[in-house]
Amino acid sequence: MSVAENQATAERGGARAVAVLSSIGRFLVIAVTTYLGLLAVTFFIGRVIPIDPVLAVLGDRAPANVVERTRREMGLDLPLIEQFYIYVKNALNGDFGTSVLTTNPVMTDIRRAFPATIELATLGTLIGALIGVPLGVLAAVRRGSLIDQIVRIIGLIGYSVPIFWLGLLALVLFYARLQWVAFPGRLNVVYEYTFTPITGFYLLDAALQGQWDVFRDAFRHIILPASLLGYFSLAYISRMTRSFMLNELSQEYIVAARAKGLSERRIIWGHALRNAAVPMVTVIALSYAGLLEGSVLTETVFSWPGIGLYITNSLQNADMNAVLGGTIVIGSVFIAINLLSDLLYRVLDPRTKTR
Amino acid sequence: MMMEKFALRSRTLLAGAAMSALLLAGAPALAVTPADTLVEGFAIDDIISMDPGEAFELSTAEVTGNTYDLLVRLDLSDTSKVKGDLAESWTVSDDGLTYTFKLKPGLKFASGNPITAADVAYSFERAIKLDKSPAFIIGQFGIDGGNVTEKAKAVDDTTFQFTVDKAYAPSFVLNCLSATVASVVDAKLVKEHVAAVTPSADYKWDNDFGNAWLKTGYAGSGAYKLREWRANEAVVLERNDNYFGEKAKLARVIYRNMKESSGQRLALEAGDIDVARNLEPNDLDAIAKNADLTTTSAPKGTVYYISLNQKNPNLAKPEVRQAFKYLVDYDALGSTILKGIGEIHQTFLPKGVLGELDENPFKLDVAKAKELLAKAGLPDGFSVTMDVRSTQPVTGMAESIQQTLGQAGIKLEIIPGDGKQTLTKYRARNHDIYIGQWGQDYFDPNSNAQTFASNPDNSDDAKIKTLAWRNAWDIPDLTKQTEAALLEKDSAKRAAMYQDLEKKILDTSPFVVIHQQLEVAGLRKNLKGFALGPSFDTNFVGQVSKE
Repeated sequence: MSVAENQATAERGGARAVAVLSSIGRFLVIAVTTYLGLLAVTFFIGRVIPIDPVLAVLGDRAPANVVERTRREMGLDLPLIEQFYIYVKNALNGDFGTSVLTTNPVMTDIRRAFPATIELATLGTLIGALIGVPLGVLAAVRRGSLIDQIVRIIGLIGYSVPIFWLGLLALVLFYARLQWVAFPGRLNVVYEYTFTPITGFYLLDAALQGQWDVFRDAFRHIILPASLLGYFSLAYISRMTRSFMLNELSQEYIVAARAKGLSERRIIWGHALRNAAVPMVTVIALSYAGLLEGSVLTETVFSWPGIGLYITNSLQNADMNAVLGGTIVIGSVFIAINLLSDLLYRVLDPRTKTR
Repeated sequence: MMMEKFALRSRTLLAGAAMSALLLAGAPALAVTPADTLVEGFAIDDIISMDPGEAFELSTAEVTGNTYDLLVRLDLSDTSKVKGDLAESWTVSDDGLTYTFKLKPGLKFASGNPITAADVAYSFERAIKLDKSPAFIIGQFGIDGGNVTEKAKAVDDTTFQFTVDKAYAPSFVLNCLSATVASVVDAKLVKEHVAAVTPSADYKWDNDFGNAWLKTGYAGSGAYKLREWRANEAVVLERNDNYFGEKAKLARVIYRNMKESSGQRLALEAGDIDVARNLEPNDLDAIAKNADLTTTSAPKGTVYYISLNQKNPNLAKPEVRQAFKYLVDYDALGSTILKGIGEIHQTFLPKGVLGELDENPFKLDVAKAKELLAKAGLPDGFSVTMDVRSTQPVTGMAESIQQTLGQAGIKLEIIPGDGKQTLTKYRARNHDIYIGQWGQDYFDPNSNAQTFASNPDNSDDAKIKTLAWRNAWDIPDLTKQTEAALLEKDSAKRAAMYQDLEKKILDTSPFVVIHQQLEVAGLRKNLKGFALGPSFDTNFVGQVSKE
């Protein structure tokens, strides 16, 4: 290798390092501006809505002097920009304030509510992806056949039927009539006294502690809402898989593979799906992130104490600390999941691998 | 998420559809709650603090009512009177200013500490000095942070003295002392948990009187003790073995947060809860028909009304105010939307309160209303808006009223909104018509009289903002009359004064009182002794047992 070549390699290496650094830098800039934007928008919308936050703290019947004093205590008499400054300053120190509804620090509340939602969303997405992807593949391969129609109908129902209604029907059938599943909440009241969660993921906690009866009970509680969420993400995932697969199946390399005499099974599952898998990752990740926002209605119907219920309830009561804190956490999750799916992209798609 | 948003809008409709499917499902109950535990499904997301000096919410009242004791309590056999709770007896001085209470002997808190007059005095002191929402119930007797230790003091271990600033009707003073804010807390225990505070212009004291701790903590002596409150999840009560009265029959009570009527019904039918507390009429109907279940109800001190802002020149005309009272189809409302959850009631004092007037003179009478409108110079009606919270029953009521007003040519535009949003507008007097409810702050006629029939200052920056003020109804004479009723010592005469006020409000006010709330519950038949009380703080669970 000549000196010149060596130099060229070093320069390329240097250029790559710069490129990596600049992409990390770019990511940081994007993340920080996204956060700040998120904070500002949520904060100002929260202050513009025609609801008096003092009402949330005191209720309707508080006398005028108490209302005035509380307004001062909450800092609501300060100029808006100053309120924002104080909020951002505290937030940077990890202090998101106290929720007026629960009287806990917002982060304590979120630490309790979020695992409930994550547990539900994870199981839901697993169900959705494990069933949705094969269904989508089948529909694409047998395009126009009966199975394609069935998958389309399943998808359509998933898109158009309100989850509230479907949730109630599912409860009637599987809980009230067949008694296969349990309701309400995450655990039977019997375990209120015997079970101490560690991580907040009840299935995991019960397994860690070897309390298999609790595990069974927690599973009986989670399976119906998770299946419901799973069904809705299945509807989306199967439609997307179908269209990605159709796109791949019409590519020339498939024709080439067929001409080479590869088995149809190998072509579909080994070649086409592998290529379709790349955009699928983004689809599944986004659907997962969507579920993590908390499915308000599912959580309402099933009395599931998750983040969606927490934020909606806070929003209705103008409990702005809780709303802001929740929004920031969800924002972080979105950013993190996007980053993760980017990484997975690189693993799955050899073209994006650095040579 | 789109699907969810869509569903949110149409969910009432669809809940109905799901319900018809539900009617077909009559499954046998297999699940059972533990034999020593009462499990209630209850929307408890309004709870913000368990400190009796601060709590002012309806579901909190039920919890504190079961976990704390008072000097005196509402007499459930005659709710126009009180009876001793911790107090064995009391006397009122001849000048009507000093109330002396003698405590029952040998009382103990759940912690084991003895209950003394000093605890009572401390409870009053902290309520007044904290000055939270309900503090005015005691403060209105001329008591403030500066004089409370003088006005509410322990004479000896079992004698507590309370001094008021005017010779009020004793019924008024005693009724107020039966409110949650006068609950007796364990001073020794609370003092172990006080947090230091830097005094400021708004808060002159150097500590928080244990408020931060008591928000979720417990320092009482009631039939049950509070074990835990997890916001949006559950409230757990445990039997207090130190309770002075008849001990609670069940070891535990769990209130489980469930927001939806249909979910509560399903869980009740399956046996996962023993009591369902937030049932809508269709679910209530189904439960009444189920052989394993039964229902119970009790009128509560909450009245529903519509009110006409007097800043609107059309609504300010006396004939128009009258006409509105003839343009509500009370009978139809009572037999449909309000069936089982409300009783038609047109006077501002709810049933069971001293001086309540049981008269419902108005009926839907479009011809009469048209005549009145013509007299007001509005024979062709007019257009007007109404702010309505997007919840039941008010939405349904507003739609019915919209229809009956239309028959007399009044075009009503309904502005739907979130509860806190409509309330913010109402409190700023920016509405035309408002539909809402008013719950008594304490079980005395003055609570509602003061808000419906008095308005000391009608200016925009008034200090006291009653419901009459919110509707800009300027009534100096009625205000004086309301004040006078407070000082009438003779209970019968006092009652008559309120009845007179109620008649005047019926005739002339911008308030159309429609009904009084019935609180309902669905329960499993194996429960014994479950009863709803006349107020939210008298829904006692101590005597509930299971077969």
